[in-house]
Amino acid sequence: MTFRKHLVLAGVTVFAAAGDSMLSHGMKQAGSVSIHHLETAVLAVLNPWVAFGILLLLAFLASYMNALSWADLTYVLPATSLGYVLLALVAKFALHEQVSPLRWMGIALISGGVGFVAGGPALTHHHDTGPELSEEESCNASAIGVER
Amino acid sequence: MRQLYTWSGILVVVFFSVVGDVLMSRAMKQVGDVHQLWRRSGVWGVVGRILSNPTFFMGVTVMAVAFFSLLFALSWGDVSLVAPAAASLTFIGNAFAAKIFLHEKVDRRRWIAAVLVAAGVALLAG
Repeated sequence: MTFRKHLVLAGVTVFAAAGDSMLSHGMKQAGSVSIHHLETAVLAVLNPWVAFGILLLLAFLASYMNALSWADLTYVLPATSLGYVLLALVAKFALHEQVSPLRWMGIALISGGVGFVAGGPALTHHHDTGPELSEEESCNASAIGVER
Repeated sequence: MRQLYTWSGILVVVFFSVVGDVLMSRAMKQVGDVHQLWRRSGVWGVVGRILSNPTFFMGVTVMAVAFFSLLFALSWGDVSLVAPAAASLTFIGNAFAAKIFLHEKVDRRRWIAAVLVAAGVALLAG
């Protein structure tokens, strides 16, 4: 796993967590959206928190797609679930919120899961790489596994 | 009855989230490693290859449906049940779907990771 790939996984984690928090903060300021007043949802985009949250979620989508181009779905999802842990730690140390013992247990379980998946290979090797990959590309694809 | 609605809502969200993730993963495997592609044909090569992939558009559409179904489910049901249950079951659903549809090698290590993360997310979000 190269440094660049670690950066991409970190990007998926941080952008998702930060984007969700900003969106949720902004939507609380913008007020509740009901199906009868859908214009409130459109106007909510004008709130800077919501707008910045959407930008971060687009960055999340780009890094998520990047990660899925070289790693399995069952690798990327657990590996990037540290975002939940990040949010809890921000709540505890930046916002000084109370984190209950049950939540600390959740943090421990997620971290354990991430540890498990990170120790294994990132990509399943298929003998048939399909018509989309040229010979050179499939060589590169198998090189990813060898790197680790 | 309300419980039934809430759980149906959760299952709908999980279904669309899993389908969206599987489609997106398949699309990006068809596109190939973007780092290699970028080095060879530049950023526009990457963008062109992604935009000419129909599975990518299906994936984005289904992910958007999943997002909006989550918003609706949250407005119907109890937030403290819907959010953690949907997030947690999506991890388990994805492990099954990736094994069946993407033929990923979901070994014991990955099953344990999926179950630990699902349990942890349920505790954190609950």
